[in-house]
Amino acid sequence: MKMDKKMIVSSSPHVRNIESVQSVMTDVLIALFPVALMAVLLFGYQALLTMVIAVATAMLVEALWLRKLDIYNDGSAAVTGLLFAMVLPPSPPWWLVVVGSASAIIIGKQVFGGIGYNIFNPALVGRAVVLISWGGYMAGNIWSVPQPFAFGADISAVTGATALADTGEALQYSLSQYFIGTIPGSLGETSALALLIGGLWLLYKGHIDWRIPCGYLGTVFLMGALFGGGFYENHLLTGLFHVLAGGVMLGALYMATDMVTSPVTPRGKLIFGIGCGLITMLIRIWGVLPEGVTYAILLMNAFTPIIDNFTVPKQFGGVNRSA
Amino acid sequence: MAVKVMKPPEKVVIPLHQHIGAPCEPLESIEVGAEVKKGQKIADSSGFVSAPIHASVSGKITAIGPYNHPLGRPVESITIESDGQDQWDENLKPPGNPDKLTPEEIQKIVREAGIVGLGGATFPAHVKLSPPKEKKIDVVVINGAECEPYLTADHRVMLEKPGEIVFGLKMMIKALGAEKGVIGIEDNKTDAIKVMEQAVSEEDNITVTSLHTKYPQGAEKMLIEVTTGRIVPAGGLPLDVGVVNHNVGTAVAITDAVREGKPLIERVLTVTGSGINRPANLLVRAGTLVSEVIELCGGLKENTLKLIIGGPMMGIAQPSPDLPVIKGTSGILALTDEDVYLAESSPCIRCAKCVDACPMHLMPTTIAQAAEHELYKRAEKLYAMDCFECGCCAYICPSKIPLVQWIRIAKAEITKAKKKQ
Repeated sequence: MKMDKKMIVSSSPHVRNIESVQSVMTDVLIALFPVALMAVLLFGYQALLTMVIAVATAMLVEALWLRKLDIYNDGSAAVTGLLFAMVLPPSPPWWLVVVGSASAIIIGKQVFGGIGYNIFNPALVGRAVVLISWGGYMAGNIWSVPQPFAFGADISAVTGATALADTGEALQYSLSQYFIGTIPGSLGETSALALLIGGLWLLYKGHIDWRIPCGYLGTVFLMGALFGGGFYENHLLTGLFHVLAGGVMLGALYMATDMVTSPVTPRGKLIFGIGCGLITMLIRIWGVLPEGVTYAILLMNAFTPIIDNFTVPKQFGGVNRSA
Repeated sequence: MAVKVMKPPEKVVIPLHQHIGAPCEPLESIEVGAEVKKGQKIADSSGFVSAPIHASVSGKITAIGPYNHPLGRPVESITIESDGQDQWDENLKPPGNPDKLTPEEIQKIVREAGIVGLGGATFPAHVKLSPPKEKKIDVVVINGAECEPYLTADHRVMLEKPGEIVFGLKMMIKALGAEKGVIGIEDNKTDAIKVMEQAVSEEDNITVTSLHTKYPQGAEKMLIEVTTGRIVPAGGLPLDVGVVNHNVGTAVAITDAVREGKPLIERVLTVTGSGINRPANLLVRAGTLVSEVIELCGGLKENTLKLIIGGPMMGIAQPSPDLPVIKGTSGILALTDEDVYLAESSPCIRCAKCVDACPMHLMPTTIAQAAEHELYKRAEKLYAMDCFECGCCAYICPSKIPLVQWIRIAKAEITKAKKKQ
């Protein structure tokens, strides 16, 4: 090659990791696969339909908003859509899914400037929108009881209250059922097992930090054990019940860990996780609502910038200081 | 890749600024048409933080004027056309029995030999060997960690010149009045660890430490922490914790100067990367044109997009190979379109991978955002000045944000504001 060709001059470093925003988002989708699979096993075709509508709506609305033909784009809309489906009842009306998913993308993300600029977790914004608009479809006593391996069954035929809405209801199920997921609840929240598999994989890939889920789950367990009323055999098992029941596992592993809306500093992540746990349990034990994960995470999202500001790590060889 | 000796070139271009500190001025007799010998001092400076410059071939000076330089701006340089004799300056003599040299004599020999840090930072070596009186130095750390990925020159130097490294280290210990020496080597170079352990087996105050292989292990502050357990304070220097560190190549250069009276006129460098047809480690005279070095290595591949002096993480991209190898040139790297990232960056998704990757425990993305919004005071509060530009943050960023570039802008603006005050 001739030596007189002008080379590209740019700032160092000159090599880059192959990871991209798209590959990170695809990894999150892969992590949600066991959760989605479990949802279909437990709630059948209606769960699958709900997920497909939510994801398709999210991708379509984002593509329209950005006027981009590439419907998958960076993958973040698909993640938002799927996460939104996970926090819905297994068989909501289709229009509710469409409105909620579109709200997640538009109100949750795009009005703030798109990916990276949103303050609140988009999927939870979507859930909050449908929760306050059509509470009847989201209320705690119309939840379908899972019918494992009955793909074609009409699950809305058999409904029951969720464990958190009713203490008597809670005791109907054993803790191992809470772990496997054969309990009434949102599409993706019931199986702690599936959530753990995906969550551990995200940890292994380095996409989430242990501090958020550990701070969150640890706080929920502690408060459940201390103030949960001990309606299970003992206080420790009651604490465990609070970890496994409702949306805490889903929230701690997939929602609170949302990169854009959680702190970037190590100490900030721990504080954020603990804060989510505290608010969740305040709502569960002393609030009027049976469940508090959605509002706990949304509230902590609002505190993210200030947490980052007050937890600036001390530099190598330096002293603690806030910026 | 064993080190091959590159034949002295027909022409060398020797910049008068090859170190951190005051640039040199040509000596009185040095003018166009003058004859010089190999090793003859041709430029010097009265500044303390500076290092003299020597002719790397014997021959005739044909030009003195600005020439391309790795740092990006043309620098006053002396061009010497070789007479093919490659004759040493006969005034250069070994300074005598090394055991009888005083610390001051060693410092002077190192200065006169024009030795600078060969890891790439090019800090004049004699300055590090002459710390202020109140700073007691007890440990000398030798960097065998290889400063950057792709580069293997230091690895080869350890395999091929272990005795010289140990001797050079002993001279440093003596010059500093230190108690012991530590040679830190990354654990992926097991052969070098073995060879160096053998070389220090007779020395009771020198040890070899095996280090976890992880960039930037060769960075001064990280190296000192893992080899001595001491943490250099923010904004401080190694001598604040009683440590002086040098690269393996610098140790060899000191040995050559003390044993044989030879000044620093050549160095080992790595020529590699996907764009180089025949990668090699070469012993090259300072002033040799990079284009000639590349030609010797079979030239560049057709799809080469970037030419870098130094390593892939901290090296400086060059528009053309028409520039000289200088004392600090640790590598010549050519990257093809397969390795060069050209796509645009996307917004930060706050994944915090840069925060986790930063060896200085900084928040790269937050500093970069401050710089982007021209909030330089905020960048300073976020410790922007502690960044040593290792490149880990920008490397790992999934959004491909040029974080180091933003932080550099912040650092320059903070420095500018300080100067105004």
